[in-house]
Amino acid sequence: MSIQLLIWNYFKAKKLNTGLNILLLSLGIAMITLLILFNNQLEEKMTNNSKGIDLVVGAKGSPLQLILCAVFHVDFPTGNIKLREADRLAKHRLVKYAIPLALGDSYQGFRVVGTNRAYSSLYQADLASGDWWEKDLEVTLGSSVAQLTKLKVGDHFESAHGLTKDGHAHDENKYVVKGILKQSGTVVDNLILTTISSVWKEHAESSSDSTMQQLPTSPSLLVSSVEASDSIREITSLLIKYKNPIAAIQLPRFINTQTSMQAASPAFEMARLFTLLGVGADALMGFAYVLIFISGLSIFIALYSSLKERRYDMAIMRSMGASRSLLFKTIILEGSILTFVGASLGLAFGHLVLGVFVHLMEEGQKAGLTAGVFYAEEAVILVGSVVLGVFCSLLPAIQAYRVDIHKVLASN
Amino acid sequence: MIATQGLTHRYHSKKGVLSHEIVFPDLAVERGESFLLLGNSGSGKTTLLHLLGGLLRPLTGKIEIEKIDIASLSETELDRMRGRQIGFVFQRNHLISALTVKNNLLMAPFLAGEKQHEERVDLVLDELGLREKKNAMIFELSQGQAQRVAIARAIINKPSLILADEPTSALDDKNCDQVIELLNKVAMENNAALIVATHDHRLKSRLKNQIIL
Ligand SMILES: Nc1ncnc2c1ncn2[C@@H]1O[C@H](COP(=O)(O)OP(=O)(O)OP(=O)(O)O)[C@@H](O)[C@H]1O
Ligand SMILES: [Mg+2]
Repeated sequence: MSIQLLIWNYFKAKKLNTGLNILLLSLGIAMITLLILFNNQLEEKMTNNSKGIDLVVGAKGSPLQLILCAVFHVDFPTGNIKLREADRLAKHRLVKYAIPLALGDSYQGFRVVGTNRAYSSLYQADLASGDWWEKDLEVTLGSSVAQLTKLKVGDHFESAHGLTKDGHAHDENKYVVKGILKQSGTVVDNLILTTISSVWKEHAESSSDSTMQQLPTSPSLLVSSVEASDSIREITSLLIKYKNPIAAIQLPRFINTQTSMQAASPAFEMARLFTLLGVGADALMGFAYVLIFISGLSIFIALYSSLKERRYDMAIMRSMGASRSLLFKTIILEGSILTFVGASLGLAFGHLVLGVFVHLMEEGQKAGLTAGVFYAEEAVILVGSVVLGVFCSLLPAIQAYRVDIHKVLASN
Repeated sequence: MIATQGLTHRYHSKKGVLSHEIVFPDLAVERGESFLLLGNSGSGKTTLLHLLGGLLRPLTGKIEIEKIDIASLSETELDRMRGRQIGFVFQRNHLISALTVKNNLLMAPFLAGEKQHEERVDLVLDELGLREKKNAMIFELSQGQAQRVAIARAIINKPSLILADEPTSALDDKNCDQVIELLNKVAMENNAALIVATHDHRLKSRLKNQIIL
């Protein structure tokens, strides 16, 4: 016999009650765990993906849309900007570097991004196989793209307009896979990288291809295959890194007021988005806390009412030599084991649900979510649950401590 | 083994005005002796047993167990003493219903802080004819069997004093005979002092030594 065995037997004697209490608590904990996993990973992704980007410049429109489109590649472009204007901005004295992006096409839901090698180095992307894209219509695939589309080096494919899987296909020009990147845990994993002029080619309905045959005499800073004086070519956006802190004050204002373009700061827009999302998360979190509170109450009631049934047991145990503190300890342990098990199950359940979600839904995989990481908050939850257990069993334990053996035994 | 001197106890009624005082005769019981504690309902039998077992503190008087005045013991020492030296048997199944027969018996050495020997459990159960009930749950036992398990639990730690409060009043004649016989037998075998409080007339002929309240 031992305290643990005794408690285990009491649990077994009230399977349903014990099970329900554990279930109730674990549901609340699972919900909080899921929120923690989502929030933390989303935040990590967001900071990772906007690292090195101080400002995004694009066509006028919603600044949030511009950020979502140009940094996270989840929304449609706000429009295009003239290459000549972008070039001028790239040469601005407050700009450390500027990376051009030309968007518009996708393959099986994965976006084709026309850009240069500065973009892949921004995310420290490494080759897993093959080579970097170099000539027009050559592409290098992000790791998730390669995994989900099963494209290999040397394969040809046609892109479709827009971001959907079944957009209108451009069948005139086929892309060829030149290389595949290693997994970087950033948005690059989900992108198909190519040159800017490839994207133009796909959309070359009106503009003549003739200019691209000979090398330009004074090439554009951003796209070297084009004359700097070109007034027709357009790109979608420009990712900018400031040269110094003064730029943060001057550059956005300059762009927004003096040019036809719009500048948006990823940090600012993300903070705005998070306060918007935060309301929903807070509501869910509140609901989870209500669940936990109810389960705490239910554990308290269970312990308290079982105490009535067990007053005889306790008096008998005292008559067999059990000390007051042993009874106290037993009840406290009972409560805390209950909450500990409930919390552990809840944590496991939260990870499991995310794991299943990531496994079954392409979106989960694309978003780069994983169920295999643990956060410090989870340890806090575990400790907090044990504290909750101790708290809920405190009053019943004090009652057990005070049980009057003589009265209980004589009253039969 | 156990001796009392000038023992009295006072109960205060709820309203606190009336108080009820019980004066107990002095007694001295040695190991291997068995006594019947007789008295009408309300005469104070249960009260006396609880005083002797240290479950209740007396108003006046002295209780000595193995020459130690139990008033001098702290609460924890009293718990220890109770666990090691005294075995209680109560009127009704005061067994822990969440546990099996075996674990109910093992609670005694566990709570007394002694080694738990399963052979001892087997031995005691054999002696009380409960061998096949070792792994049974308490609700699977008859009244008589439950009372025998209670006796088994009372003697498993080889106590020097066994206090039984109405151990037979819930039993029919056959079980009553069996239980008192067993109680007497195991007490003698373990060289323990036995005090049985009862108003059960069926027992009067069974034990010679009698204390009347
Ligand atoms: N907690 C209490 N408060 C007040 N009076 C009490 C209390 N417990 C017992 N008494 C009284 O003390 C007296 C002795 O009670 P006790 O239980 O010892 O009697 P008993 O001889 O065991 O009776 P029975 O044979 O019915 O079990 C009774 O008159 C009872 O009313
Ligand atoms: Mg009584």
